[in-house]
Amino acid sequence: MPSPGNDTSPLFAEADSSTLGLVGFVLLAVVLMVADHRGRFLDAIRREAAVLAGPVYWLASAPARSVRAVHEMVVDRSRLTDDNTQLRQDLLLAQARLARLTAVEDQNTRLRELLDARTRLGLKAQLGELIDVDLEPFRHRVLIGLGEGDGLAPGQAVMDSRGVLGQVVEVRRYDSLLILITDPGHATPVRVARTGLRSIAYGSGSLDSLSLPHIPFSAGVRVGDALVTSGIGGVFPAGLPVGSIVQVEPDDSATFVLAIATPAAAMARSGEVLVLRDESLRMVGTDGVTLDFVGPPEALATTPTAISAQPDADHSRPPPP
Amino acid sequence: MSLRTRSDSTVFWATLVLGTLLAVVALPTPLLPFKPFWLGLLVIYWALEAPERMSLRNAFLLGLLGDLLVGNLIGEQALRLTIIAFIVLRLRSRMRFFPMLQQALVVFALLFNDRVVMLMVRAFQGSAPPDWTFWVAPVTGVLLWPWLFLLLDIARARVRPRES
Repeated sequence: MPSPGNDTSPLFAEADSSTLGLVGFVLLAVVLMVADHRGRFLDAIRREAAVLAGPVYWLASAPARSVRAVHEMVVDRSRLTDDNTQLRQDLLLAQARLARLTAVEDQNTRLRELLDARTRLGLKAQLGELIDVDLEPFRHRVLIGLGEGDGLAPGQAVMDSRGVLGQVVEVRRYDSLLILITDPGHATPVRVARTGLRSIAYGSGSLDSLSLPHIPFSAGVRVGDALVTSGIGGVFPAGLPVGSIVQVEPDDSATFVLAIATPAAAMARSGEVLVLRDESLRMVGTDGVTLDFVGPPEALATTPTAISAQPDADHSRPPPP
Repeated sequence: MSLRTRSDSTVFWATLVLGTLLAVVALPTPLLPFKPFWLGLLVIYWALEAPERMSLRNAFLLGLLGDLLVGNLIGEQALRLTIIAFIVLRLRSRMRFFPMLQQALVVFALLFNDRVVMLMVRAFQGSAPPDWTFWVAPVTGVLLWPWLFLLLDIARARVRPRES
């Protein structure tokens, strides 16, 4: 049914919306989704197209950036002085703790030599900044301003100053996607610091909780117990803080307890994060000796200036193949 | 006619750019579940008012763009927007003459249906079912709809005489 002339009447304009067209596009979309999900055929396209997305992200994050800038401008002097004092105190405390840790580390090294243990975990940290865009509220993914050129690789652990944030899932040219540990599809191997019990903390889909199902009653997990990464699975190095348990209740079967934990890291958009790079070995959990390593990664154990110098050092290194 | 089309196209492209920006713009965390499906609302508007601009193909392409930006499964938003565009284009001749309230109801049904489609895609993908806040976005979408509709109508009416 051809329409007369070029002035199509609005009543007949839906000729374009033929069912065949719908079927075609729906099929195309399904094929794309399957290809993307299964085969990862589209990775290259995705990576290239993400370059175009850079300016969009930049524009979209402008409001958040300006809000922060304005906030920093109008925040009064006394607040800043207070902050400064507080930070000084924190630094002092942290340094005192580090000094103690150095002693412990020395001791640890000596004991390791005695035990003839394998080389310890060498970690490098790289400072990155989160980009203030919301990808989707129901998938806990965030964007970080480090990409291929910075030597990022999928599977690297990411943390902020307080604890584990998540891991890198997709590396693109100039930015990368992280999956947070609170994503419903993410599981973090953890250890209860007090008892040594190993478990898995699943993301709950809300930014302030993790769930640990199927903990035996006898394990004696209590509210307030700290969770650290267990190192099993090889993604997260052992000993990084993950969160603390806030609620313990028997599950439906009454044979196990379900524990709820709050993540230690500031999940709701923290500004700067550390991407950890595992230099020496992938930890294997069956090795009892290496598992017991608890302490800050090497780059963290040095002075703060060393950390900020880290990214430069990393640029010079060629990205891993 | 050509003048009208040209001036419309300014508004059209402006809304697309704005819509894609709004789709990824950062909101304070408590507001996150309220973020409406901006691209969906835009597709509804343009399919309703200027179907020659928002064909199935264009809706599909817009969806692809959204997928690349959001970084999830490529084709998901393309599928959702194609379905929205198809339904609107089919109902268009009737929907245009609906009073605002009735139109808003149809928009709500469209956005709700869109969430169901999204849930199905997620289920096939094997991700965990989201919590109840998942269903809040269609409500904010429909609350915004009358304002969006009026705003865009005014914008198009404004741009038109200036260019003629």
